[in-house]
Amino acid sequence: MTDKPIVRFDKVSKRYGPLTVLDSLELDIFRGEKVAIIGPSGSGKTTVLRMLMTLETIDDGVIWVDGEPLTHMERNGKLVRADQAHIRKIRARIGMVFQSFNLFPHMTAMANCIEAPMTVLGMKRQDAEARAADLLDMVGLAQKKEHYPSQLSGGQQQRVAIARALAMRPKIMLFDEVTSALDPELVGEVLQVIRKLGSEHDLTMLMVTHQMGFAKEFADRICFFYQGKICEQGHPKEFFGSPKNDRTKQFLHAVLEAG
Amino acid sequence: MWDWSFVLEILPVLAHAAIISIEATLIGFVLAATLGLVLALARIAFPSTALPISVLVELIRSTPLLIQIFFLYFVFPSFGVTLDAFTAGVLALGIHYAAYCSEVYRSGFDNIHRGQWEACTALNLSSWTTFRDIIIPQAIPPIVPALGNYLVALFKETPLLSAIAVLELMQTAKIIGSETFRYTEPITLVGVFFLAMSLVSATLIRAVERLLNRRPAR
Ligand SMILES: Nc1ncnc2c1ncn2[C@@H]1O[C@H](COP(=O)(O)OP(=O)(O)OP(=O)(O)O)[C@@H](O)[C@H]1O
Ligand SMILES: [Mg+2]
Repeated sequence: MTDKPIVRFDKVSKRYGPLTVLDSLELDIFRGEKVAIIGPSGSGKTTVLRMLMTLETIDDGVIWVDGEPLTHMERNGKLVRADQAHIRKIRARIGMVFQSFNLFPHMTAMANCIEAPMTVLGMKRQDAEARAADLLDMVGLAQKKEHYPSQLSGGQQQRVAIARALAMRPKIMLFDEVTSALDPELVGEVLQVIRKLGSEHDLTMLMVTHQMGFAKEFADRICFFYQGKICEQGHPKEFFGSPKNDRTKQFLHAVLEAG
Repeated sequence: MWDWSFVLEILPVLAHAAIISIEATLIGFVLAATLGLVLALARIAFPSTALPISVLVELIRSTPLLIQIFFLYFVFPSFGVTLDAFTAGVLALGIHYAAYCSEVYRSGFDNIHRGQWEACTALNLSSWTTFRDIIIPQAIPPIVPALGNYLVALFKETPLLSAIAVLELMQTAKIIGSETFRYTEPITLVGVFFLAMSLVSATLIRAVERLLNRRPAR
């Protein structure tokens, strides 16, 4: 970890009409850090990831990636709204895995994984396929390369989605409740892949999760969101061991109660 | 009443005219399908075009095709654009059905889950690649039957071109009728021809549908 953040939310706000979803958010994430975002429903967790993936625009503030502005660009020493070309350039450093997988249903697992490397990075089919084969192997799906999403279980589909995102070699990976749509017996295989990523790759990972056990064991830092603000954050040991904020205590109590 | 030797005599002439009708249908439909797709894509890719395009589509759909044909053939020359009858007719057919096709495409695009678009953004695909590789291949198969219906509908409207004297089937049958004072055979033959072609294309469309449905979907 260096002291220069790879992601910086600088007083970022997001509003939907009268509803302020994120209120002047300040959050620095460092290279290689694994950050788990937790919090009650509607607290803005998904919105944080979606803004970073540029799936949502922001209303105030600036998001920085690797020292460069993502939502803005420099023009004559001033920050102006980023244009599409600038967004695409910076966005290339970020990958995302969704709760609902969002695989391309008309493409095989392999085709899903080579589409972006070939069309965006301009890789040759052969090279893209070699990279995808390695990744599908890494997520334990070497045998399923030619299967269509409809022929795969939810857990397998989510692992393809992880491989597909990794094929673009992002520096930052975003995971939004990636196991929430899965049957309980399939959660483990996906978490196992994420664990492997944590140890094998020098990746910065940002994950929204309801799996407290996993967050505790895997993350370097827990961020607890409440009503569009970070209410408390810290190392999992302290966060779960001795939470300071009353809201955190309430939330943890409710979550642990529910099992 | 029904004279088979007369039928044999006019059949070659009608067959030649049928080719014109089929030509008009195919060119008109290719135009309709392409222009319709362009309109549907434009409203997604450039949101500011959405309103003008809806107005245009509504305008085309709420006026009779015959008027549009007359407009292109008789009114355009006064703006300095003179088209021969076949071109004007086919253009009118194409534009008219493009309005319908664009709505069909639109429903096809609307049925693509938002997550597909978002996955494309997350993978940093360009808008062009997103449409070409992800959206269009998923949006088109479900709307093939609807597009096919418009192909048949367009075909059945080609007799309207006789109004500007395109020598398609109907016009040819009318000419034969007025020259020989026999209308029964030529008009009946034209009807039979349209019936046969409609049945054939309906079968074809169903075959294409089955072919498309064989591929594994989501
Ligand atoms: N497109 C939208 N239009 C209006 N409001 C929205 C929109 N998207 C999100 N919101 C609102 O923003 C707030 C934060 O949503 P967000 O999805 O970030 O919550 P979350 O913390 O991820 O919740 P959950 O745990 O249920 O996934 C919610 O109140 C939600 O209703
Ligand atoms: Mg959420």
